[in-house]
Amino acid sequence: MKLELRGITKKFESFAANRDVSLTVEPGQIHCLLGENGAGKSTLMNVLYGLYRPTSGEILVNGQPVEFTGPSDALDQGIGMVHQHFMLVPVFTVAENVALGSESRKGASLDLETTRRKIREISDQYGFAVDPDAVVEDLPVGVQQRVEIIKALVRDAELLILDEPTAVLTPKETDELLAIMRQLKADGTSIVFISHKLREVREVSDVITVIRRGEVVGSVSPEASTSELAAMMVGREVSLSVDKEPAHVVQETLVVRDLTVVGDNGVTLLDDLSLSVAQGEILAIAGVQGNGQVEFVEALLGLRKSSGSIQLEGRELVGRSVRQVLDAGVGFVPEDRSHDGLVGAFSVAENLVLDLYKDSRFRSGPSLKRRAIASNADHRIQEFDIRTGSPQSAASTLSGGNQQKIVIARELSRPLKLFVASQPTRGVDVGSIEFIHQRIVAERDNGVPVIIVSTELDEVYALADRIAVFFHGRLMGIVGPDTPREVLGQMMAGATEAEAHGTDTDATSVPSTPWEEQA
Amino acid sequence: MSTATRTPAPQPPISDLPDAHQEPVDPKALPASARRAPLGFGVLALVSLIVFAFNAASQTVTFRISHDGDLFRVPDIVLPGMITGWLITAALVGLTVFAFLRVRSGRLTPTWAVVVFGFLFVAGFLVWVVGSARTPSVSLTGLLAGGVALSVPLVFGSLGGLMCERSGVVNIAIEGQLLFGAFSAAVAGSLSGNAWVGLLAAMIGAALVSLVLAVFSITYRVNQVIVGVVLNVLVSGLTGFLFATLLESDSGRFNSPPRLPSYSIPFLSDLPLVGRILFDQSIVGYFMWLAIPIVWFAVYRTRWGLRTRAIGEHPKAADTLGINVNRMRFLNVLLGGLIAGIGGSFYTLVSVTSFTRDMTSGAGYIALAALIFGRWNPIGAFLAALLFGFTSNLQSVLSFLGTEMPSQFLAMLPYIITILAVAGLVGASRGPAASGQPYVKE
Repeated sequence: MKLELRGITKKFESFAANRDVSLTVEPGQIHCLLGENGAGKSTLMNVLYGLYRPTSGEILVNGQPVEFTGPSDALDQGIGMVHQHFMLVPVFTVAENVALGSESRKGASLDLETTRRKIREISDQYGFAVDPDAVVEDLPVGVQQRVEIIKALVRDAELLILDEPTAVLTPKETDELLAIMRQLKADGTSIVFISHKLREVREVSDVITVIRRGEVVGSVSPEASTSELAAMMVGREVSLSVDKEPAHVVQETLVVRDLTVVGDNGVTLLDDLSLSVAQGEILAIAGVQGNGQVEFVEALLGLRKSSGSIQLEGRELVGRSVRQVLDAGVGFVPEDRSHDGLVGAFSVAENLVLDLYKDSRFRSGPSLKRRAIASNADHRIQEFDIRTGSPQSAASTLSGGNQQKIVIARELSRPLKLFVASQPTRGVDVGSIEFIHQRIVAERDNGVPVIIVSTELDEVYALADRIAVFFHGRLMGIVGPDTPREVLGQMMAGATEAEAHGTDTDATSVPSTPWEEQA
Repeated sequence: MSTATRTPAPQPPISDLPDAHQEPVDPKALPASARRAPLGFGVLALVSLIVFAFNAASQTVTFRISHDGDLFRVPDIVLPGMITGWLITAALVGLTVFAFLRVRSGRLTPTWAVVVFGFLFVAGFLVWVVGSARTPSVSLTGLLAGGVALSVPLVFGSLGGLMCERSGVVNIAIEGQLLFGAFSAAVAGSLSGNAWVGLLAAMIGAALVSLVLAVFSITYRVNQVIVGVVLNVLVSGLTGFLFATLLESDSGRFNSPPRLPSYSIPFLSDLPLVGRILFDQSIVGYFMWLAIPIVWFAVYRTRWGLRTRAIGEHPKAADTLGINVNRMRFLNVLLGGLIAGIGGSFYTLVSVTSFTRDMTSGAGYIALAALIFGRWNPIGAFLAALLFGFTSNLQSVLSFLGTEMPSQFLAMLPYIITILAVAGLVGASRGPAASGQPYVKE
């Protein structure tokens, strides 16, 4: 299918989410829409899918102008969409989800057998391994995504829109998805691929259209360099690596000894973990998701029962309540900001003092000092460049990057003895990543011990002074920031540092238990 | 773990997934609700031990089954109170141990165990309570038939509520629908002199209540629970006012509807036990036996049902596939009103033939509880409604027999069962995910 967008403008009241966007997707082409969060990619695709009506402009399918009043019109024209947040009914089976909206019937009753057959056909063709009778909520995210693709293919989609499809996937699932995309392309399906992850985009796209602030900045070929693409996205040169001085390590103030966490069901989630962090250094915790990082951070904060010892400047934190841990000077940026870091319905100003309400700066007796909270908000919004309409806007109305800035601004607005940030830049646009990284380094340079948990190796390398690798709740070793990617990758898959360096390395030259060396 | 509403699906063959990303699966990692089943069993078994066994009456208990007109006689069930109490308690304890062992080995309590446990507990209760009466003899047929009759309006109320909740609209207004249905049936039946007109008016009257609910909760997105509660109060006030000003002053004209016909099917109605329960009914009773399978089939086996369940679980997903969520919700809420209205007509066209103020006396709330207890499944809701109907009937029967148990306590029974049921002691209920949330198209 050949698809053209001509001069699409979409306005929400006065705000133009898309301004005069034109692009052409040739048949059998993977066309990437690259842009920061909030650049207007998703809005454009919702226009294309009939969820929004464009304010002006037209859509042409195979040269014919079309008008979509709803998703069913787009489906009829052969346009299918895989949404960023899956549009699957969790309690339905795969077959029920695929059938929904275009059910075949036998008399009065539903004919799911036809749907099952179609699912098996497509599943076999692309090697999806999807069981039509599995209940969707029991399936891993990657498989759920394939169900979404099947939904589109069953409806004979000739053009597939993939909205940030890799945001929820593990690296391996991402590779599998890219392979599927190539196979779909080979079968003649056109694909619009929306992403802000430069590496994937360059790997799979035929054409890249960059969008910034709702407008097309230009189209480039995938041979363009990463920094060139990033520059187009944000409108200025970005340094993907952080400028930082070497760490000035003062004194180890966080000492974790034999920390063990056992889950509700008796499984050991964190196994005898020992490490320490010094003032003025960043320890990055690397590992594939689900290898104990979350449990480590939660134990540190007192959210989870643990045994062993965590000493911060000589004070024991194990067994303390969360409030006591926070009062001991621990600043914490949770992994899931919209769920744990913010109250979405509260204003930006309120979220900025969410755990500081007891502070005498913002409280007198039982009442809050509204004026102090307001001036604090003005101050932080400026300092952290939080883009919001007003300090009184609900936090949920801000973009992901700006929400994250609120959390970080709040946590850094009191003197800290330890700063812990979990996935500090997940789902955050490139411009904000740079800013957040600089603030984290600045905190380190203030002499605060910093722990960063990240599954993105780029981020680990950009920030870390030392890298701790977790695997199945155990510490595989602590290595320096110049350790090659391959070595780190093997450690993340369960090799000790010595094993990761391979047999040709003399065992004596590599410390087999690096944390003992550090201690 | 709503095993009653969902058929367990086989695990998919996911062969190409990396082991490193998968959390270690522990067989003991059952949902908390699954571990509650043996706990509930244990509590009830303890009750059985203390009440049914230790406090059992020494007299023998007789359950009469056959009646004079029956085709053939079935011997009465005669049970020694004390021994039966102990035997049932032993069986309940056994089932509890079984359930504990199952959960410890990481498996769910099977549905049959829950059913058998429930049956034995009810049997134990009956033996105990009848045994403690002055006349320890009761007609089982009468007890069951009366219970079924009392549950008819509850079943229709539940099915009406199911239409709404499955499509994502909380319906607290079942009470108002039943009451307004009963009122409309009385007035229209009296004015026209035709019970069928009354039945039709009951359906339309309840659908009017639905219309208000739909307009406010779907079109204007007012909180659905609040609209429902307000509607109940409104209907109670309105019918109460009209009853006082109109119906009472000229009851011959406005409040003496004819009765809907009853049919007893020849031969079948003379079968012992089942004859009176199934084949000697008012027309509304027969409608109930039809409505349950029809609604079940519609919800689980038709395109309409698939779409209805989809908009109640994930309306946006349905919207992206071209389903008009709010229109469908609107129509389903109206449909629910029509069904609840049939239940309302039972009060003034079957049970008695006049309307009195607030005559539904909370049945709508019990119907709502039955819906939740029955896990939003038509058959489950029917069984729950049956249990509630049976308990109310038991209360009146026992007061005839002269039991030592205070009647106030018996009157509380349906509500205690409701609380236990809704609190999820018998396994957690999981309702439609989007129920209560208005759907806003961006």
